[in-house]
This record gives sequence, C-alpha cells and structure tokens, in this order.
Amino acid sequence: MTSVAATPATRRLPGDLAIWFFILAEMLAFAVFFATYAFARAKNVEMFNLYQHTLDRNLGGLNTVLLITGSWFVVLAVQAAHRDDTPAISRNILLGWLCGAGFLAVKVIEYSEKFGAGISLSTNTFYMFYISLTFFHFMHVILGMVILTVLWFQSRQGMYGSHGANGLESGAAYWHMVDLLWIVLFPLVYVMR
Amino acid sequence: MQFKSQAVAKPYFIAAIGLFVGQILFGLILGLQYVLGDFLFPAIPFNVARMVHTNLLIVWLLFGFMGGAYYMIPEESETELFSPKLALAMFWIFLVAGALTIVGYLAVPYATLAELTGNNILETMGREFLEQPLPTKLGIVVVALAFLFNITMTVLKGKKTAISLVLLIGLWGLAVFFLFSFYNPVNVVLDKFFWWWTVHLWVEGVWELILGSFLAFVLIKTTGVDREVIEKWLYVIVTLTLITGIIGTGHHYFWIGTPEYWQWWGSIFSALEPIPFFAMTVFAFNMVNRRRREHPNKAAVLWALGTGVMAFLGAGVWGFLHTLAPVNYYTHGSQITAAHGHMAFYGAYAMVNLMMISYAMPILRGRAANSNKSQVLEMWSFWLMTVAIVFITLFLTAAGILQVWLQRVSESPLPFMVVQDKISLFYWMREWAGVAFLIGLIVYITSFFVGGDEKETA
Repeated sequence: MTSVAATPATRRLPGDLAIWFFILAEMLAFAVFFATYAFARAKNVEMFNLYQHTLDRNLGGLNTVLLITGSWFVVLAVQAAHRDDTPAISRNILLGWLCGAGFLAVKVIEYSEKFGAGISLSTNTFYMFYISLTFFHFMHVILGMVILTVLWFQSRQGMYGSHGANGLESGAAYWHMVDLLWIVLFPLVYVMR
Repeated sequence: MQFKSQAVAKPYFIAAIGLFVGQILFGLILGLQYVLGDFLFPAIPFNVARMVHTNLLIVWLLFGFMGGAYYMIPEESETELFSPKLALAMFWIFLVAGALTIVGYLAVPYATLAELTGNNILETMGREFLEQPLPTKLGIVVVALAFLFNITMTVLKGKKTAISLVLLIGLWGLAVFFLFSFYNPVNVVLDKFFWWWTVHLWVEGVWELILGSFLAFVLIKTTGVDREVIEKWLYVIVTLTLITGIIGTGHHYFWIGTPEYWQWWGSIFSALEPIPFFAMTVFAFNMVNRRRREHPNKAAVLWALGTGVMAFLGAGVWGFLHTLAPVNYYTHGSQITAAHGHMAFYGAYAMVNLMMISYAMPILRGRAANSNKSQVLEMWSFWLMTVAIVFITLFLTAAGILQVWLQRVSESPLPFMVVQDKISLFYWMREWAGVAFLIGLIVYITSFFVGGDEKETA
C-alpha cells in the first residue's frame, strides 16, 4: 500500500480574525431569528403558508441571483489582488457594489408594494417576521456596500496586492456573509412550506 | 504616576467610595423596611430611601467613571490632561450638587422639592432613577460636557488609542442618552419608551463600552500582554455589545403599550446580551493566563477577573432568566428583577470602578502597589462583598420565584401584600447578607489605611 505523503497545506484564515468574530456574532443573531421564525411558524403553519403566497418569489429569486453574482465579483477582486492586477480589483469591487445596489432597488420595489397595501409589522406574525428579517438583512447589505466603498477607494490607492490583502479579504468575507444569510433567508421565508 | 495631572482622579475616587458607603447604608435601611414597614417612618419613607439608594449608586458610579477616565486618558494619550483645573472645579460642582440633591430628598417631601426646584418650568421629575430636580439634571449636563470637553481635548492633542476611543464613545453616549431624561411627554407609553433610552442604553449599551475600555486598560498594565491582542478583543466586545444591546432595549417594551413585534425583537436580541459579557470573562482570564509579568498589584487583577465573572453572572445569566417575553409575562417587576439588578450593577459597574480604584490609587499615592498586608485585606473585602452579593441575589431570586408563583402563576393568586408577608423570611436573609456586604465595605476602606512594607515606587 502506497502511502500518500500528506502535504501540509498552508491553511490560512483569510482576512482578520476580528472580522470572523464579528461575522460569527452576526450569524448567531440571525440564527436565533431564524429559529424563532421556525418556532412561530410551527405554531401557526396555515397562516404562515397563506401569507407566504403574497410574497413575490420572482423578485426574491432575482435578488438571490444579484447577491450571488455580487459575491462572485468580490471573489474575482480578491483573486486579482493575489496576482497584483490592481485595475481588476477596483473594477470587480465596483461590479459587486452595483449588484448590491440592484438588490436594494429590487427590495425597495417589493417593500413599496407591501407597504402600499398597508402591511406593517403589526399586521400579523408572518409579516412581522418577513419585514423584520428582510429589513435587518437590508441594513446588512447597506453596511456591506459601505465596506465595499471603502475597499474601492483603498484599492484605487494601491493598498491591495500580493504584498497584502488583509483588509480586502476581511471585507470580502463580510460581503459573502450577507450573501449567505440571504441564501438561508430566501428559501425560509419565501419558498419553504 | 506618569503624568502629574492624573492626580485629579484621586478626589473623584474618594468621593465615589464615600457615596458608595451612603448607598449601602440606605440599602440596609430599605432592606429592613421590607420586613419592618414603619422603620424610620415618617423621617425616611420607603420611596425616599429607595430613591437615595439608587441615585447614590448612579452618582458614585459616575464619579468612578470620571475618575477612571481622568486617570486613564493622560496615560493612554501620553500627554497631560487638557485642564486639571477644570477637572477639579467640576469635581466640586458635581459633589456639592449631588449632596444638595440628597439633602433635598431627605429634608423635604418630594412634591415640595419639585415645587422649589422649578419642576413646573420643565417637568422632568417623578420617574424612577431620573428623580433628580431640574437644577441637578442641568448640573449633570454641565459637568458631563465640561468633563467630555476636557478628556476629548486631551485625546485630540495626544496619542489616539483604541482603548481611549472606545472610552470616548462610551462617555459621549452616556451624555447624549442622558438628554432623554429631559423629554417627558404626556403620553405614558412614549414617556416609558424614551425613559429606557437613558436607563437601558446606559447600562446595557454605552456603559458596557466604558467597562470594556477600563478592563482593557488595567489588563494591559497588569499583564503586559500586547496591546494589539487586547485591542482586538475590545473591538469584538464592543461590536457584540452594540449588536445585542441596542435592539435589546425591546425587552423593556413588552408590556408598556408598544406594538407586539417588540416581544419578538426584544426577546431575540436581549437573549444574545450575555454573549458580550461572556466574551469579557474569557477575555479577562485569557489575558491574565497569558501574562508576561507578575504585577505587584494582585488585588487589582482579582477585581479585573471578578468583574468579568460577576458581570456575566449578574447581567448575563440573571438577565437572561427573565428576558424572554413569555417568561417576563410572569416575572415582570418582581423580586427576580431586583435580584438581577443587584448582581448586575455590582458585578459590572461597582466592580469595574473598584478595579480601577484598586489599580490607580496606590500609584496616585506614590507606589506601584499597596503593601502585602493592605492587599490581603482588600482581597478579603473582595470576597466578603462578592459572596454577600451572591447571597443577596440568591435570596432575592428565591423570594422572586415564590412571589411570582403565589401572586401570578397559582390558580388562586394572592394579593401583593399577603405574598410579601409570606416571603419575608427571604427578606430577612437578604438583610443579613447586606450586613455582610457592609462589613466587606468597611474592610475595603480599612485596607486604604493599612501600611506595612511598601512595594517599589511607581
């Protein structure tokens, strides 16, 4: 039997340790929220299913595509940094940012339709969760875009490259978290029944 | 002492300890009034004793925070305080205003005090913890602004560190949220809603930043662990505090007439509030275990570890006990709340001030640490007070569980006063634990006057 020499892969945590604590804390908060949603839904499945029908799954799907694409651009930005392709860093960050802006625009269309119909946090428990969860997530998209803006300016100043990309990787990790949360949120609130 | 101007912290610390003694004495009076209803009546009615007990707590903690900031900021900024004279002037103004307020509470009926102090001009009085007359409230604003001006200018002219930045955010937040004490709308729901912006956002928001910053400072000094490591922890703690604490305000909005979604928001976010406190405990122990030197001031290190543990237990665990809306439906405003309040305030804010005083006072008195004899005494006081507060908390928790059961859960609920009689045994035990606390406090004060061989001068 030939033993394959285990090559000690240099596993490295991308980005700063502190951002990972932050991400874990954020995800924990959302996890509790998701669990509470499940708990509340279990007690009132029919009502949740009924009002889930009123949500626009196509817009939700479009937003999913936008966020995943945005994450892809941010991955490209990090890869560009590792091979010192400075123009590609800022270009991809900008494209990622635009995906975020697209997400917000779609969400605003969705909200204006719902709020226009007089739906509020107090309408019923389903809408309370729908609005709370998507709004908290909405705020996180905005924060992610603020971070991307900072990264864009920094990348234009040549801060990132093979010499170091700690800040870029940290921001990218946060942006992926925003994406990941949506990938859980969308099926949970819009689709699953 | 690295900078001469740090010396202004000393009177603040002394005043803090003096007011602390007052707080505990009134606590004992109150505790006795729970079981002997007419004790000291009509000289000191229950509502007045309670007001003095809680107001003295707030004021001594503020003295401690200010003293701590005046001590820490010059050292962090590596420059003399912007204006030591202003700091001393503010000390006397705050002390006199505080003393007059307490005299006012004790000397005249509260309604008369309100009349005398212009409450009809701007009605701010009569609300729990914010009972101070208008002139006192304005005085607090003036003192806070002058204090903030002083330390902000010091930071601006000197080095800017993460620790001083976090402290500044905490202290500015403290001042800003106090402004809501001037907002007293006629609508009781709105009144309560914004009242919590002062009360909750202080103790479960910006004060935690002050706590984290002081803890980080003392840990850097006593353990010699790299500043980068400590700062990273501090960032994590600050973030966790803000994520959980701000919307966590919602756990006060369950039953005051606010929309129902607060029951969900408040439960979810406040359920996460123990996490930053847990992080602080891990932080303190971790840093002490990784220490690079043995600091001669062992008492200060003990307070630092103690505040981590007790804040987590008091604020985190005892807070979580009754923070979920379905639980709080039964426990709201019972002795469970009192149990939580006692351990949380002692563990988080009394202990962090005592830690700061323990670290700074010997240096202010010209030595790196007190004599061994004095430190042993101080550590005795640590254990006496801490164990006493644990028992106060346990007895009040027992009283609270019984109270909730007899008065609210049981199929034939009993009236409030009948239940109070039935749980009086626990009130008696709480009172004796309070006496033990006072003994601990006396030992603590004695430790300042015990000499012996002094360690090397700072």
